Amino acid sequence: MSKFFAMDGYGVYLWPSFALGIGVIVLNVILALRSLAAAKLEARRRLEMRS
Amino acid sequence: MNWTWFHRLGSPPHVYGFAERWAPWIGGVAALAIVVALYGGLVLAPEDYQQKDAFRMVYVHAPSAWLSLMAYSTMAVAAAVGLIWRMKVAHSAAAACAPIGAWFTVAALGTGMLWGKPMWGTYWVWDPRLTSELLLLFLYIGYMGLRAAIEDPQKADKASAVFAIVGVVNVPIIKFSVNWWNSLHQEATVMRMGKPTMNGDMLWPLLLMFVGFSLYFAAVVLIRLRAELLRRERSASWVREAVA
Repeated sequence: MSKFFAMDGYGVYLWPSFALGIGVIVLNVILALRSLAAAKLEARRRLEMRS
Repeated sequence: MNWTWFHRLGSPPHVYGFAERWAPWIGGVAALAIVVALYGGLVLAPEDYQQKDAFRMVYVHAPSAWLSLMAYSTMAVAAAVGLIWRMKVAHSAAAACAPIGAWFTVAALGTGMLWGKPMWGTYWVWDPRLTSELLLLFLYIGYMGLRAAIEDPQKADKASAVFAIVGVVNVPIIKFSVNWWNSLHQEATVMRMGKPTMNGDMLWPLLLMFVGFSLYFAAVVLIRLRAELLRRERSASWVREAVA
């Protein structure tokens, strides 16, 4: 197991690289969902104000 | 030829409904592909005879770089469609691509730097490939800044579309920079003329990762497109049903 994490001594570069990639993947889903939720909220408020 | 599908693409409620239905499915398949490809790349693939285990960084670096270019190309095509056919949905789709592309350009640059240090002995060189990819990040930031700076949506659409289309010239420059100039960056191993120069055991997780990243991009664009459409179509009657 520790051999797997050591990655031939390249683990110190490899794991941050994967963390960055996966982090950007997760972050973009969160940002997109938050943007959609905010847009829905804005639209609801506007509709309420009109009615 | 039947052009109904194309005309439907111009209808915000139709596109909103399509995005709502399909994004979870496309996103689910993307997640599955990425997880399997990660296992294949990190565990199953044999180590490289030259780069040893460091080569495994290709499984996150190359798909990020691919997505950064695909997002820009999609953005430029959508912007062109928006300009030519005056399609608001297309401008919204272009706007939805930009933040995702910018983030994956950051990922491509960051993972590339982490790969460069052990292989080249440096995090950064002003090499054609690295410099043109950095320029791509500035193009994304410029595009988003331009849209944010112009209040009138129609003027913002036009100006940002022209900006996106002019900037697309950088995409082939990035792709072929390693062939046209002397570069520290290695040449293409998969997306090249002829067969990939990679062993099958190493290749399938990479190809699966490309598929996963592409589907992931589609899913996130669809979510962002819904948000863009809601903001743009604020006074349209379909919005009431959409947010009910």
